[in-house]
Amino acid sequence: MSFATRGFAGHRREPDDRLPPGQTLVQRWPVLSAGPTPNVHTDTWDFVIRDESGTEHHWSWEQLLALGVEDVTVDIHCVTHWSKLDMSWRGVSLDKLFENVEAEYDYVMARSYGGYTTNVPLEDLLDGKAWIAIEAEGEPLDPEHGGPARLLVPHLYFWKSAKWIRGLTVMPTNDPGFWEQYGYHIYGDPWKEERYW
Amino acid sequence: MTTPLDGNVLAGALANLLVPDPTNLQARCTNCGQVAPIAEAVVYPDAPGLVARCRTCDHVLAAIVDDKDKTYLSLSGLSAIALPK
Amino acid sequence: MRLVLDVPTWPGNEAGTHVDVRLTAPDGYQATRSYSVATSDRGRVVLGIEELPDGEVSPFLVREVRAGDKLEIHGPLGSYFLWRPGQSNRPVQLIAGGSGVVPLHAMAAAHAAASDSTLFRLVYSVRTPAHVYFRDELAALAGPSFTVDYVYTRQAPPGWGGTVGRLTRDSLASTTIAPHERPRIFVCGSTRFAETVAAWLLDLGHSARDILTERYGGK
Repeated sequence: MSFATRGFAGHRREPDDRLPPGQTLVQRWPVLSAGPTPNVHTDTWDFVIRDESGTEHHWSWEQLLALGVEDVTVDIHCVTHWSKLDMSWRGVSLDKLFENVEAEYDYVMARSYGGYTTNVPLEDLLDGKAWIAIEAEGEPLDPEHGGPARLLVPHLYFWKSAKWIRGLTVMPTNDPGFWEQYGYHIYGDPWKEERYW
Repeated sequence: MTTPLDGNVLAGALANLLVPDPTNLQARCTNCGQVAPIAEAVVYPDAPGLVARCRTCDHVLAAIVDDKDKTYLSLSGLSAIALPK
Repeated sequence: MRLVLDVPTWPGNEAGTHVDVRLTAPDGYQATRSYSVATSDRGRVVLGIEELPDGEVSPFLVREVRAGDKLEIHGPLGSYFLWRPGQSNRPVQLIAGGSGVVPLHAMAAAHAAASDSTLFRLVYSVRTPAHVYFRDELAALAGPSFTVDYVYTRQAPPGWGGTVGRLTRDSLASTTIAPHERPRIFVCGSTRFAETVAAWLLDLGHSARDILTERYGGK
């Protein structure tokens, strides 16, 4: 049985009523990685949405930016109990990317350079709820934070905001991604504390 | 804190789940077929769980996720572990 | 820094094992890290701890912990990076980078305690003389069956006859037991140190089977 260690607080700070249950506010931005950081260059970056007919829709880096980059300020909540509030991001809304994609299926598998995957319902990516993010806090996304581009789905636990995003595959069933196979929740709503299976 | 460690660091987590501690045992990667002691895996400790990858091909060998009252153990990247009799 | 723990129920340990130290904050947040056991004797366990900048656990253990505090530990742990007396009569080469000397010191101490006569050699790479862990203990263990070669990467002690600088493939070759003597080799240090040294050892003709490594998170 564990007991509190005298004097130990860890890298954690005071609570805040804007925090979901079980979360603690941090100022710094922790780096979590489950594998080597892939080296992804914007000149060869290629983003693909694969729709239910198997058709692939591709965007180069320039084509992505040409869709329009917007500023967003959001809170992020990591399943390892830290939250960061009022983060400023820049990215391209997924509404723009899905504008000309036939998607009747309800689910999406996000796929990253380096092999990471995470599953998200399609409706959670649309209507201004998700972005392909390219900047955070005024700087281009650092590779350790998922640069050059990561998924940003701030209303779900942050493991859903896949780093080094390279594409989305529309799928008929809610198949689990990387962490969802290893014990984490299939959906991951921080306000309902959906951390594990 | 992105420096990966090695499979030696898994001994504590695995000793809670498997007896004896298997870090010295040979195991086979399902992806590339490499056979090596679990202690030689590349371990990423700063993820939402412990992730052990094959030192040869980076394939995920094992993952350990800690919930409050249970631990999720995946050995899905190991086709077999050689256990002593 | 050495941390001395009274663990009345400590079962004893083999040389090279570690413990997991788990810290718990008042809100239930926990952080666990592994530390090698330097020595243990009748319920007293000594850990060697390097403070990592930006670390979460090591700065707490180095700066905050006071005599009388209770810590949660799990161990002894590890069944791979171990030396056991009488296991083999092949010579043993130990190669340490920085605080990676802690488990290797434990092996050298166990070797002496067992009056084991297999040849032990230690190459110990360290930044400056002030960074040496267990200098007196290592000096006391030195003898016909155990020698220590220091490599100072930044600054050597006064009167040091050797060169100052990082370990190289050639200096490693000249200070370690030759491949034809088939030493069992234990390498412990930072990830970069362990990987560099292991690659040189393979290059020098040692067999991968004979090289055991343990990495820690520091630079």
